Amino acid sequence: MFRLNIALLLVVVSCALAVVTSQHRGRKLFQALEGEQERARQLEVEFGQLQIEMSTWATHPRIEKVARERLQMVMPSNAARPPLPAGVR
Amino acid sequence: MVVRRRPSRSHRFAESPVLQLALQGWRSRTVGLLLMAAFLLLVGRGFYLQVINNDFLQEKGDSRYLRDIEISASRGKVIDRHGDMLAVSTPMRSVWAIPADARAMSGEQKKLLADLVALKLRELDGKLASEKGFVFIKRQVPPQVADQVSQLKLPGIHQEREYRRFYPAGEMTAHLVGFTGVDDKGLEGVELAFQHALLGRAGARTVIRDRRGNIVEDVGATRPPQDGKDITLAIDSKVQYLAYSQLKAAVSEHKAKAGGVVVIDTRTGEILALANLPTYNPNNRDSLTGAQLRNRAVTDTFEPGSTLKPFTIALALDKGKVRYDSIVDCAPGRLSIGRATVSDAHPHGKLTVAQVIQKSSNVGSSKLALSMPPREMWEMFDGIGFGQVPQLGFPGEVSGRLRPWKNWKPIEQATMSYGHGISVSLVQLARAYSVFARDGDLVPLSLLKAEAPLLRGAPVFSPQTAREVRAMLEMVVSKEGTAPKAAVLGYRVGGKTGTAHKLEAGAYANKYVSSFVGIGPISEPRLVVAVMIDEPGSGRYYGGDIAAPVFAQVMGGALRTLGVLPDAPMVTADAGRRPGVM
Repeated sequence: MFRLNIALLLVVVSCALAVVTSQHRGRKLFQALEGEQERARQLEVEFGQLQIEMSTWATHPRIEKVARERLQMVMPSNAARPPLPAGVR
Repeated sequence: MVVRRRPSRSHRFAESPVLQLALQGWRSRTVGLLLMAAFLLLVGRGFYLQVINNDFLQEKGDSRYLRDIEISASRGKVIDRHGDMLAVSTPMRSVWAIPADARAMSGEQKKLLADLVALKLRELDGKLASEKGFVFIKRQVPPQVADQVSQLKLPGIHQEREYRRFYPAGEMTAHLVGFTGVDDKGLEGVELAFQHALLGRAGARTVIRDRRGNIVEDVGATRPPQDGKDITLAIDSKVQYLAYSQLKAAVSEHKAKAGGVVVIDTRTGEILALANLPTYNPNNRDSLTGAQLRNRAVTDTFEPGSTLKPFTIALALDKGKVRYDSIVDCAPGRLSIGRATVSDAHPHGKLTVAQVIQKSSNVGSSKLALSMPPREMWEMFDGIGFGQVPQLGFPGEVSGRLRPWKNWKPIEQATMSYGHGISVSLVQLARAYSVFARDGDLVPLSLLKAEAPLLRGAPVFSPQTAREVRAMLEMVVSKEGTAPKAAVLGYRVGGKTGTAHKLEAGAYANKYVSSFVGIGPISEPRLVVAVMIDEPGSGRYYGGDIAAPVFAQVMGGALRTLGVLPDAPMVTADAGRRPGVM
């Protein structure tokens, strides 16, 4: 009887320690998850800012300006537009 | 030892003389009662704390470590049909202070803060001198700057997360997209019209925080945040840019007061472009006036002038009054109706019905109009959406003015046939022309991207009439017509000019509205482009001179952008060979 009690006591103590450890580990993991989620949010914010930046660089007035001034592009003249060969749609 | 001694002691105690005295009964009862009362008090207090006051105490306990956290949701984006951003939110911070606490800052700290948030030291002191418990130091601070502020660890300075709306397309789509106020509330345009769908709903979660402020555990259910829905407009930002830039060039060239362009896809009723001038930059609205804010194409009506002639003639064709080659005698360029006289800008002789449109004869269209009962004309105007709100869902849409036919006098019926005495918005006019572009049926317009082409709208004219009118509209763009400048290289297009006197205080003033509405390509109509230029001030004012070139540029560019096959022979160096396109 006494031995059994001692054995059960040991089991209880080890269980209690295991609970504490797993709780601790759980919280650690949870914090890591929180951190990653925060990072995901920040990346999303950054993505939004980059999207804004991209659309600012890609506005049509700017594209036209760059095309005309830096790349010296012009609308093709009539002569430069060959007609499609017969039968092509 | 003690155990052994006790019997003798207890014996001695039992024999103690004090115990021999008879105790008064009330004393023991009193002690018993007092003990009982104290015990009851304890039970009562326990009951009070555990049952009656439980919620309050539980809350107090929870508040030591539980925290409710709001999970912010962002407002939906507004994007064009290809996914280009038109309006997008990005998080910012607002820096605020509790002035009483913040006055503890040293002079150096104040200077650092003022530099970071780009305020003058004097302005900052002014804000901190406030007696209120809360003042904004600066709103819409970029996150990087806000982080620098929080690193200073200033007393009494706090931060709050908020959003800022950006409009990458800027003034180009300002009227269409509109804008929001600081608190994410739509104030104009699509931002206002679709406020409910765009708005995000913040979520919440309850967590346990440890001593260092880290979140250790989620408690209970979390309410996930709902981001606002993205709104996909029918707008094609390339076509929109084309429309806006051409309109801008024309308005500044002709020193006009205002202008508008509307581009409609006739297969779906989608609005591909809607540009107005004057406009504003929605990202910087410091100096905004009412004139800039008005979305003229939707909220302003004007007398459309000759652009209405094709409708009168289509009705005459549809009712079998005339054929496209019937002769109308327009000599001598004047027509007296009652006491009033209708006259042509240039007198014409005998014209065919098609030529009445080509040459834009007021006399011809008046004669045709008077051959029909007022009720039929009214029904036709009503059928093409005049006098009705176009139901785009836009704030401030107007119906225009179409008076009931019972009060029409003959002269009014005649002037209405060439677009005076009736008023419409540019959007209504463009929509009405889609009747000719389609097979004579009217479809609803859509501001949002449509999923599939609309099959059939409400019929107004027969398909045969629509085809005949298209052919007449094409003649307008020829060398003999009123708008050769509207011709587009590579595409067959057609349209009608309009040059209307403006009504000012009930009388026609020497100010004009020049317009051009057209269809292209004629062989398989895809687009309607409507151009309106208000009060051109450079001397010329005919629709064929002012509005038609804008139409040609926008129509040509838009058709190419959309990849529509050219249906007209290209005039090339090799002129003998016709291209094999239909």
